[in-house]
Amino acid sequence: MADLSCNVAGIKAPNPFWLASAPPTDKLYNVERAFRAGWGGVVWKTLGIDPPIVNVSSRYGAVHYNGQRMMGFNNLELITDRPLEDNLKEIKQIKKDWPDRAVVVSLMVPCTEKDWKYILKKIEDTGCDGVELNFGCPHGMSERGMGSAVGQVPEYIEMVTRWVKESSDLPCLVKLTPNVTDICHAARAANAGGADGVSLINTVNSIVSVDLDLMAPEPTIDGKGSHGGYCGPAVKPMALFMVTEIAKDPETSNLPISAIGGISNWRDATEFIVMGAGGVQVCTAVMHYGFKIVDDMIDGLNNWMDEKGYQTLEDFRGVAVQNVKQWQYLNLKYDIKARIDQSTCINCGLCYISCEDASHQAICETKANGSRHFEVIDDECVGCNLCMFACPVPGCISMERVDSGTEYQNWTTHPNNPMRVDQN
Amino acid sequence: MTTTDIRAGRLSQEQLGENFSDHHPPLSSANAKVESDRCYFCYDAPCIEACPTAIDIPNFIRKISTGNLKGSAKDILTQNIMGGMCARVCPTEILCEGVCVRNTQDEKPVRIGDLQRYATDWFFESGETLFKRGEPTGKRIAIIGGGPAGLSCAHRLAVLGHKSVIFEAREKLSGLNEYGIAAYKTVNDFAQREVEFIMQIGGIEARTNHLLGRDVKLDDLRKEFDAVFLSIGLGDVNDLGLGKNDPEGVYNAVDTIAELRQAKSLEKLPVGRRIVVIGGGNTAIDIAVQSKKLGSEDVSLVYRRGAQHMSATWKEQEFAKSNGVNIKHWLSPKSLHSENGHVSGVEFECTKLNSEGKLTGTGESRFMEADVVFKAIGQSMQDTIFSGSEMPEMKKGKIAVNSEFETSLQRVWSGGDSVKSGEDLTVQAVEDGKQAANSIHQKIMQQ
Repeated sequence: MADLSCNVAGIKAPNPFWLASAPPTDKLYNVERAFRAGWGGVVWKTLGIDPPIVNVSSRYGAVHYNGQRMMGFNNLELITDRPLEDNLKEIKQIKKDWPDRAVVVSLMVPCTEKDWKYILKKIEDTGCDGVELNFGCPHGMSERGMGSAVGQVPEYIEMVTRWVKESSDLPCLVKLTPNVTDICHAARAANAGGADGVSLINTVNSIVSVDLDLMAPEPTIDGKGSHGGYCGPAVKPMALFMVTEIAKDPETSNLPISAIGGISNWRDATEFIVMGAGGVQVCTAVMHYGFKIVDDMIDGLNNWMDEKGYQTLEDFRGVAVQNVKQWQYLNLKYDIKARIDQSTCINCGLCYISCEDASHQAICETKANGSRHFEVIDDECVGCNLCMFACPVPGCISMERVDSGTEYQNWTTHPNNPMRVDQN
Repeated sequence: MTTTDIRAGRLSQEQLGENFSDHHPPLSSANAKVESDRCYFCYDAPCIEACPTAIDIPNFIRKISTGNLKGSAKDILTQNIMGGMCARVCPTEILCEGVCVRNTQDEKPVRIGDLQRYATDWFFESGETLFKRGEPTGKRIAIIGGGPAGLSCAHRLAVLGHKSVIFEAREKLSGLNEYGIAAYKTVNDFAQREVEFIMQIGGIEARTNHLLGRDVKLDDLRKEFDAVFLSIGLGDVNDLGLGKNDPEGVYNAVDTIAELRQAKSLEKLPVGRRIVVIGGGNTAIDIAVQSKKLGSEDVSLVYRRGAQHMSATWKEQEFAKSNGVNIKHWLSPKSLHSENGHVSGVEFECTKLNSEGKLTGTGESRFMEADVVFKAIGQSMQDTIFSGSEMPEMKKGKIAVNSEFETSLQRVWSGGDSVKSGEDLTVQAVEDGKQAANSIHQKIMQQ
């Protein structure tokens, strides 16, 4: 049994699976059930200054793809709509009942030092393990100068982070919005302001669909709609990229990361950890399937660690970062070709037509005895992987390395590169 | 020996209603979405090749998946004007679904027939129109036989701007779709709704109760019309060859199937307690299953060869068995027994294949008691049909045609079951009619 405990920015938990600040963490009742199911920590649904906000009815939109429900998900819900005191009382209670679990409180208040100081004092009294500054929400609050309106301006991030760190000793995570051109500026600002870590990504600006009868974006509220925040499995690749960018950046490579974005299972979580995250936060998968999914997350990660011989998360955290390179440093001598396993091929022809119409015309179709046969033309195959992905039979098409494996040349020294570095 | 037991009302009206409801209910919209997403949209898809009418199956399925049901129905019906009926009666297990690549992967083909029904049912409910009659050419074509081949030919001719007159021997159009298919396969009078849809295009006149050879002569029609299409099917039933006159209680399965389809109240139909069906095709299956559904106690379907030799598909055979039909193989009818002029049983001789692969009797015999015996051993061309007219050349008991469906007679085409183009299936007949219409158009427009 591996040790799954984690320490993200000084916040400890028995496992790296936390619930992100969202509806699943908005009250004692939910959080209690989450902890009972095994979640290592929660980031409590974002608190603000009273009076509480109000929400609209019809709050979520979804993208279903080819029979898979909620591939992507968006919401235009705001921060907690319950009075501050109710939340504080429950946070205190949950921390008392579950002292080993991480309880982090997410905060979003107007951009004044007075407001931040006021709320931090209240938070400290709950005994919670840390705070997360919500600089991410892209809707509703941003129009009032909060959420992503702060997260999109590095100077504001640094300023507010500094206020928080000056007013409280609680570990402080800064939650970043992906709705920026370069996430590194935001992460550097948080770092400069004294943040103990960053959490990312918050949701992505989105309109998931348009009702073609009402001619309005969905979810539709009395004939109108608004953009929302996109999350779920669809955003994982973007989140993974942004986490990696921060882990690679020399200025922030030591900044602890709590990773968020479409994480649905232990495999997703592990990918974020090997890219430098100290732990992960989950939301959409729980909103889809309930708290129970943490069982497989813990079990799956544990079994994988045992299989690989890892004792603790630190044994493999960040190990993949070094293999993320700029394109110009990739080996141009590396060569792979598609291989079709004829024994499992079902003759659907998708490899053929995808290559024929959209790639390099490197698969030929022959007909013998009335049955079709697809074969790769090695001379034309550039090793793009398209056929492998189009093929509906897992494992039927694989890519085989055909170069010697000993040669190396990248773009920086390539003769075709007008700006090549002279090797001599 | 027991006495004959034939009587009406073996089952309650409710039970009969349930037994003769749609045996294969349509897909719900949710299931159609799931099923349509299972299609891989194969390149050069094998299902298209396996369809006698070459419907672009992946494309119509994709259109279901995107909610473009009108486009889907148009893809189907342009290729096969009887796409609605074919969705119900095609033996898809030996056609499109039989070659679906998913058979190789997970042994469960995409439910193409059900999806085709989903799209065409939507169309029939929608009240949309898909086809327009072509600019009038002034040409007139006589079509003999208003079954699938004749109707398909007439519709295509109308699209091409020609007028046609259908001469149909029976009271209603639609041929075997109306008279020859088990009732539970096509409920709610679908065959007639389809006829209505086909006739909607205009330019098609139907003269029912007109039998070729009796009421009209081929020679006269050839003079009056620019072309003639013979879609006369097979009007005669093959005989068992066990003596001149069958005793009472021995029927042609096709006649009873037709009667059943036209029956106003099933509970009034006389039904035997013990039924023996002789034959191995879909007609045998249909009469056997329908007998069971009408309340017959023992229904045996007896075939002189093995299961693999039956022309009924494996799925049809399974269907019969699951409905309580007892299928017996390797038995050839030897004599019909009767009591007081009514059949009382059938004596069979056991058969086997000899060393040369030929069917021979073993000398052993079996006796089966029966109140009713159905003959379902195939149909053949009615020989009176050409009386008094020049006859087209025949080949193996059917009308000989070339690849364009032209007969040996000038300006006479033929298709459907009366020619040998493929399997004797509705879908093949529709294709024959369509191709013949295209050929007729080519030829008569040159004149």
